This record gives sequence, structure tokens and C-alpha cells, in this order.
Amino acid sequence: MAMSGVLRPGHMQMKVIDLDESIEFYSNVLGMVQTGRDATRAYFKGWDERDHNSLILRDAGEAGMDFFGFKVLDDATLNKLEADLKNYGVTTERIPAGDLLETGERVRFEIASGHQIELYSQKKDVGNGSGYFNPPPWNAASEVGIAPIRMDHALIYGPDIEKVQALFVDVLGFYLVEHILLEDGQTDLAIWLSCSTKAHDIALVRNEEPGKLHHTAFLLESWEKVLRAADIMSMNKVPIDMGPTRHGVTRGTTIYAFDPSGNRFETFCGGYQSYPDWEPITWTWDEVGPAVFYHGRQLNPAFLSVYT
Amino acid sequence: MAFHVVTLEGSGLQFRCRDDENMLVGMRYQGPDGVQVGCRGGGCGVCRVQVLSGTYTAKKMSKAHITADDLAHNIVLSCRIFPTSDLSVRLCPKPLHADRSTPGNEHLTNQ
Repeated sequence: MAMSGVLRPGHMQMKVIDLDESIEFYSNVLGMVQTGRDATRAYFKGWDERDHNSLILRDAGEAGMDFFGFKVLDDATLNKLEADLKNYGVTTERIPAGDLLETGERVRFEIASGHQIELYSQKKDVGNGSGYFNPPPWNAASEVGIAPIRMDHALIYGPDIEKVQALFVDVLGFYLVEHILLEDGQTDLAIWLSCSTKAHDIALVRNEEPGKLHHTAFLLESWEKVLRAADIMSMNKVPIDMGPTRHGVTRGTTIYAFDPSGNRFETFCGGYQSYPDWEPITWTWDEVGPAVFYHGRQLNPAFLSVYT
Repeated sequence: MAFHVVTLEGSGLQFRCRDDENMLVGMRYQGPDGVQVGCRGGGCGVCRVQVLSGTYTAKKMSKAHITADDLAHNIVLSCRIFPTSDLSVRLCPKPLHADRSTPGNEHLTNQ
């Protein structure tokens, strides 16, 4: 079998300033399906995701991320990766099943950039509403708001990203897809890592402040859907940071915008199929503009300084 | 719906801000001397200012960037306040936020 180990990004838990306002936004403007509530949190998934939740919002009075979790193939893989992390010198903790609704035990650890990362193997399959026998290609849930297919990846900011890369590559089975160099021509400003054939499953930008979130990304099917997303954002006065435009890195067509707490999110389409035997793509410092914003060919001030 | 004049101390820049829109909307796009535009939702902290005179109402803002003590001293996020009179404000950024005067950031554009 080709795919094993870490499968894909599974869940992002974010802090929000006003939970009711956030629920309204994520349900009706972004158009995620709300699947649960607990004492402090609201749970969502993309219309075409099968697992119970991929986005959890915690009422926190501030913005940012709590943790980012990856789904792994099965319990045996979870146990093996936990052992491998420990052998590598990483402190891990096991969080009991049910702490996150409909989710099994999670192995949580902190990475050098200051973020909490989790691995888990069990999450309840609730489907996309159309079942697994002779389904239609889409359904009513795919027509609410922007309606992304899934939570796709995150870009996180913090120091020591080369140490994070070493951990993800040497222990968790990821590989480098693309990177942007700093002016010294050697140190990375930013790295894009994959555990699959996606152009990235997680990305990091080097930043002095640890533990910060640049954006959570949601996948759309087409450039037309990206344009439509921008229309819906403006109709709802959602502040747009950049786009619709294209990234040089990964070739994705994209919009960056902010949720009601100021957490940046991305609605994007495209990228390319990548493989672990492929040579990574390098962007040099003098081309950082088109690397990030291919048409504008310049960073905007927000890219390096606005994050939660 | 009324307009109020917001004066940015130091630069002397003045803005007409509507009382039914947050103050940052009226203060956008004024160049490097102005308030930085960030997430516009109260979460990132880059539009932090101190209100020196005048009155306003405020929405919830991130307690990571504005503490109760800050609020008591009228230190707020521009994107979360609504003027109810003319205001005088000064920039009050927290450290660790990149700004265009930092060497190496000259290439950043006003978007």
C-alpha cells in the first residue's frame, strides 16, 4: 500500500474572541458544517470531509491557535510514532479519548517553533451527508457560503524552523517540497513540508515570536470558486488581506482574509501533485515577492507582521 | 450617522471617521506615519493606539494585546472602537511587530 504513516492534517483548534460571532461566520460565510459543541468550543468540518471535525473554535477572549493535529493511519502507527518521538528526545503526552469530541487518544508534543502538534488515529466517520452507496457528486451543504471541501493545511510562524523540519522529516516521514531562502543564501525564511502528494500539509515561516498562526487554509475546487469566495467575503465585509491572486510557491491560487477574531484564513485552489522523490524547489531572497504573491511581485506589510 | 474628526498626534494627520464604522476604517491608507492595518478584527494587535482625548465605544478585543490596565489608560485597538466625539490619538504599538522603518523591510509595499 502506498499511503501510510501520517495521512493528512486532521484538526486545527483556534482561539476566538467572541464565540457566537465566530460560529455565525464559520457556519454561514465560510460555510463549514457545525457538528458539535462542548463547554467552551464549537466543532466544524468541511462539507466533503468524512471525519467529525477539522476546525474547533475555543472561546478565549483572544485570537491564535491552540494546537494542530494530524491523522495517522491506525493505532499501531500512533504507538510507533510516539515511540519514535520519544527516542528522538521529544516529550510527549497522551490526551484521553473524548477530550476532543468524537476523537480518540491524541499524542501531543511541542515543536521548536513553539507550537503544539498532535497525532491521532481515531475520529468518528460522519460522512458528507450523502452516504457511501451511489452518492451524488455534491449536496446542499456544498452550497452554503464559500463551502470549502476541507481544512487543508496551516502556515505557522516561529523560530528554529530548521529543527522543526528535521523532526518532521526524520521522525514523522514528511519531505521538503519548496523553500524560500533568506539573504544569506543558506538559512530558510520559509519551508513547505508534505506527508502526502499535496504540495504542502504544513508550512513554517521563521519568526522571532514563537507559537504564532499565519493562516489556516481551506480548499476550493476551482479558480472560479476562489473568485466567488472573494465576492462572498466582500458581500459580508470580511476584511481581505490579499487576493484573489496566485502564490509562486506551490502555484496555488488564493485569497488571504481575516475571521471575526482577526485569525487569518486562506481559501485556495490548486497546487500540484508532489512526490517524496522530487527535488525541492528553491526561491531566492531577491524573488521573495513573486514567491509569495506571484502577480503583485511584492510582499505586503501584513505578510511578515500580522499574525495571531 | 455622524462624522467625527480623529487627529493622529505626532503626524498631525486628521481623518473623518463615521460613528457607525470602526475608527481604523476612516484611518486607512495614510502611509508609514499612520496606523498599521492588520487583521481588522481585534486579534493581531498592530493597530494599537492610545486615545488621548474624546469618547468612544468599544467591541471585544484580544486580551493578549489589550489588558484591563491598557483599557483603563485608553489604550485600545483602532479596529475595535467607534468614536462618539472628536478624538486625539497616538500610535501605541507593542514591540516585536515588523515595521517599514526596520532595516531590511524597505521592500514592503503599502497594500
